[in-house]
Amino acid sequence: MSRTFSLRKVYGPVAWIGIVTLYGLLSALFGDGIWDELSWIALSIPLLVIAWKCGRSV
Amino acid sequence: MRQGGKVTAKTVRLWYRIHKWTSLVCTAFLLMSCLTGLPLIFLDELEPLLEHRVPATAVPAGTPDANLDAMVAVAKARLPALRPLSISWDDDEPKISVNMSPTLAPKLGDIRSLVFDEHTGKMLEERPLGKGLGAKVFELHREIFLGLPGELLMGLMAVLFVTALVSGALVYGPFMRQLDFGTVRRSAQPRMRWFDLHNLVGIVTLSWGLVVGATGVMNALSTPLFGVWRAQTLPALIAPYYGRPMPQRLASIDASVARATKALPGMKIVSVVFPNDVLTSPRHYLVWMKGDAPVTSRLLTPAIIDAETGKLTVAKGLPWYLRALEVSRPLHFGDYGGMPLKIIWALFDIALIVVLISGLYLWLSRRKRPVESELNRLVHIEEISTGTSEARMPAR
Repeated sequence: MSRTFSLRKVYGPVAWIGIVTLYGLLSALFGDGIWDELSWIALSIPLLVIAWKCGRSV
Repeated sequence: MRQGGKVTAKTVRLWYRIHKWTSLVCTAFLLMSCLTGLPLIFLDELEPLLEHRVPATAVPAGTPDANLDAMVAVAKARLPALRPLSISWDDDEPKISVNMSPTLAPKLGDIRSLVFDEHTGKMLEERPLGKGLGAKVFELHREIFLGLPGELLMGLMAVLFVTALVSGALVYGPFMRQLDFGTVRRSAQPRMRWFDLHNLVGIVTLSWGLVVGATGVMNALSTPLFGVWRAQTLPALIAPYYGRPMPQRLASIDASVARATKALPGMKIVSVVFPNDVLTSPRHYLVWMKGDAPVTSRLLTPAIIDAETGKLTVAKGLPWYLRALEVSRPLHFGDYGGMPLKIIWALFDIALIVVLISGLYLWLSRRKRPVESELNRLVHIEEISTGTSEARMPAR
């Protein structure tokens, strides 16, 4: 039987990506200029995670 | 049913069933929403390419607006069989549309829109509303061509979508206890690859999906919610006029707009709705105004003007549920952070299509290797790790 992670460990990255996404969604809504740019950066992170994980698939 | 912070097998099975059935019911509708939503993200950019538009004349900054009453007179002379329904201001260009309708409560396709140059007052073009390709795609996306029932059905599908996301996130944990975050096993059999892809893309786009789904529910309720507001607001406005004859001449629109602008300083005009027995009040102009900061530009405030005297009756913000609806709208469309945000929105939309297709694949290929057997195996691991073994399942 291989190793088993705790649920806390499994959901850790999920929570971080969730927080970053929500920040990105709201940043552009409540501000312009720099807030739009921060939103683009934040919302790129989940998309880059998908690209990265698919790229280095085992 | 958590025991000391641990999840029991029974609970995981329940979440899985909820995830499976809510997903199955809404998948076809969601695929349609994603496919039609993709071009709609770029509608502002695509529409000028699809239809020829007459440009407005370039004028120096500070040029005053042309006379609105004159524009309405031109519209009436040009389309004598129709009546003016509303005047609307373009968001991006210095153009004003006078919308002419055969009835008091027309369908979108019945309205003819006369577009004027905001500064010169010259008529630029005449076009039907809701007839273009963009409008058709939007109608499919919003209400599958079924009007209000379709809108409510899509709202229900959005509720199922949100339920599928939440239950999917809950089964994600037990399914992922032996895998590193984001593992995609390329060497494995196709079904396992699709399973990994479904988990990875689904969980990473979870927050975006929840926000777009929840705002989709809100949008689907906008027609009934505005109906509630009208039913609460209008009777009190009309009551003082009972028994009085209808006005023979309507007050000047320019004067009414000036009055509304004075009542709501710092706001920009969006539209003027003409007196209307069915949709609004037969005795009032409804002047919709909006703020000019990022958030307040989403919030519409009506200034209600007596159509006979041109005096202000009331200018009050909308109730909280309509404000919440208006502020959350952009979170559905992704049109609030320039072109980069639109591209990001499109990529999330495509990611959601991947989640839908992979989920569908997992369900269609279930006979070859029932996901239930996989679930039993995982539940078994779950029980070993939590010490809540209820049933003995052989580990595969």
